[in-house]
Amino acid sequence: MSRTLAEKVWEAHVVRHGSGAEPDLLYIDLHLLHEVTSPQAFDGLRLAGRQLRRPDLTIATEDHNVPTIDIELPIADPVSRTQVETLRKNCAEFGVRLHPMGDAEQGIVHVVGPQLGLTQPGMTVVCGDSHTSTHGAFGALAFGIGTSEVEHVMATQTLPLRPFKTMSITVDGELKPGVTAKDIILAVIAKIGTGGGQGYVLEYRGRAIEALSMEARMTVCNMSIEAGARAGMIAPDQTTFDYVQGRPHAPTGADWDAAVEYWKTLRTDDDAEFDAEVRLDADELTPFVTWGTNPGQGLPLSASVPDPETIVDENERVAAEKALTYMGLTAGTPLRDIHVDTVFLGSCTNGRIEDLRAAADVLRGHKVADGVRMLVVPGSMRVRAQAESEGLHEVFLAAGAEWRQAGCSMCLGMNPDQLKPGERSASTSNRNFEGRQGKGGRTHLVSPLVAAATAVRGTLSSPADLV
Amino acid sequence: MEAFTTHTGVGVPLRRSNVDTDQIIPAVYLKRVTRTGFEDGLFAAWRGDEQFVLNQEPFRAGSVLVAGPDFGTGSSREHAVWALMDYGFRVVISSRFADIFRGNSGKQGLVAAECSQSDVELLWKLLENEPGTEVTVDLTNNTVVAKDFTAPFTVDEYTRWRLLEGLDDIALTLRHADDITEFEQHRATWLPTTDPLPAG
Repeated sequence: MSRTLAEKVWEAHVVRHGSGAEPDLLYIDLHLLHEVTSPQAFDGLRLAGRQLRRPDLTIATEDHNVPTIDIELPIADPVSRTQVETLRKNCAEFGVRLHPMGDAEQGIVHVVGPQLGLTQPGMTVVCGDSHTSTHGAFGALAFGIGTSEVEHVMATQTLPLRPFKTMSITVDGELKPGVTAKDIILAVIAKIGTGGGQGYVLEYRGRAIEALSMEARMTVCNMSIEAGARAGMIAPDQTTFDYVQGRPHAPTGADWDAAVEYWKTLRTDDDAEFDAEVRLDADELTPFVTWGTNPGQGLPLSASVPDPETIVDENERVAAEKALTYMGLTAGTPLRDIHVDTVFLGSCTNGRIEDLRAAADVLRGHKVADGVRMLVVPGSMRVRAQAESEGLHEVFLAAGAEWRQAGCSMCLGMNPDQLKPGERSASTSNRNFEGRQGKGGRTHLVSPLVAAATAVRGTLSSPADLV
Repeated sequence: MEAFTTHTGVGVPLRRSNVDTDQIIPAVYLKRVTRTGFEDGLFAAWRGDEQFVLNQEPFRAGSVLVAGPDFGTGSSREHAVWALMDYGFRVVISSRFADIFRGNSGKQGLVAAECSQSDVELLWKLLENEPGTEVTVDLTNNTVVAKDFTAPFTVDEYTRWRLLEGLDDIALTLRHADDITEFEQHRATWLPTTDPLPAG
């Protein structure tokens, strides 16, 4: 029978098929942990007297709470510090490998897994973090879970789940210069809406997707959750194999050959059917930015703030009105005229080396505009070291940006890097929810290229505006 | 988990779509390492506004939340479910829930009841016109009843069974521990482990 990529990976992990309404029991190949969503799960294990079944398929890092300056000092916020210390105690007690603050392999959990070669095609990967969808870029079935499920995976290395429906997102054509993976995914979310992917695994395919690098594919899959989908996937190909080969945990020798032979079967069969299909033309895409308070409220940078009066659906109209009030925007204002106070380059969406290179290329020879603060936060300590070996940090510092240590940073208001009430950012992160970057903060989601150009001009801009 | 069959409590109309989990509980409230006490973070940003529905009597004591579509989108934080339950909510009614939120609710015994949007609109009007109206959510019959309003709702069948029985997922899975061990014996040899690599 013809099957999609997602169905193939699912079937390969079924421990036990459920009958009737009962879910399948799915085996989990890799469980990633961080400090925020794990403490109550470890507590649950202890209370029930259960063991962590497979510490050798589990790895932890500190990312959400960590400061990105003065990391040699104790964390100033005592509650954050307790949470990080609790992770350290739990990992020591249950035998879990941990990369703590300051470690050469520390970083955002979704940057660390792929760079260590722990994320490989055809695997099932979970983490108590919705952006686990990132790992789907390798043709893995990867999705975020809640703390009860974290505890379930700890105790059983499985999850009871009903199969997802499948949706293909075909992006044909070729991206124009200055248009990136971030613009693809923001356009996808604007098209299908924040609920459009609910219940589905998205499979991104088509020429424009095949042409993307691994890091760009991770950017696309990362924001599948913003379209409501728990997972996004891209079929593995030579680009994938080249990225994985030689990484610390990649197979070697005969194992490598056997793995690649299997990975090459991980493609949707020609006559397989998806439950839903969406098409986009890459040739028509331009730099995309959000104007509202959910990631579906986005438009091309060349557009203006929309007028809620023109929105037919009542719920969407009310949502748009509330969004404009919160964002302090007036309908009809060209998006290019919107001034920002802060530019954030980083996160599990856009904190990899290619993102930093792209932004540095725009910034070279320019200065960050007066009154604008730019934070550059590498996704991991490896990314930071690589950037420094290429001299990228000098470009950022010369432009007047801040060069930070690795962490989630300003993607979410949990660590010291936050917007103040009323402050406005252009951010390469993934969520523009009310207060996401700090209480009262206003977020415009953008690509690294738009972030860098915006830092120079002080208003939402693309690199083409700098010429 | 405590079994759930039926619940009656004050209905709270929340006329918003896309209530993401950052709104339900902002990240700054996620730093606790315990499983209780999250009610102070529930809708924290909105509760500063005295017009917010939970700041009005008699909604303050509500236990059945009636929200717009796409409730619980965004972050996977189960703290959103804990915050709702710690505050006193036992049921959320919406025409569409985000997948992870719905899953988390089912694990904790919070009923995420899916109704049609037209029924949600009728309930909103009823609750706004007659504040303090009690809503009965009956999981044995899958019905929502408030005064003379009655509507069906859906919850996936397996979650419904677990909620009615009050069963713990992990204990259910451990009944199949032998199947898991059997599966593990046939995993491909090239699959990675997280064991530290030898230095150099």
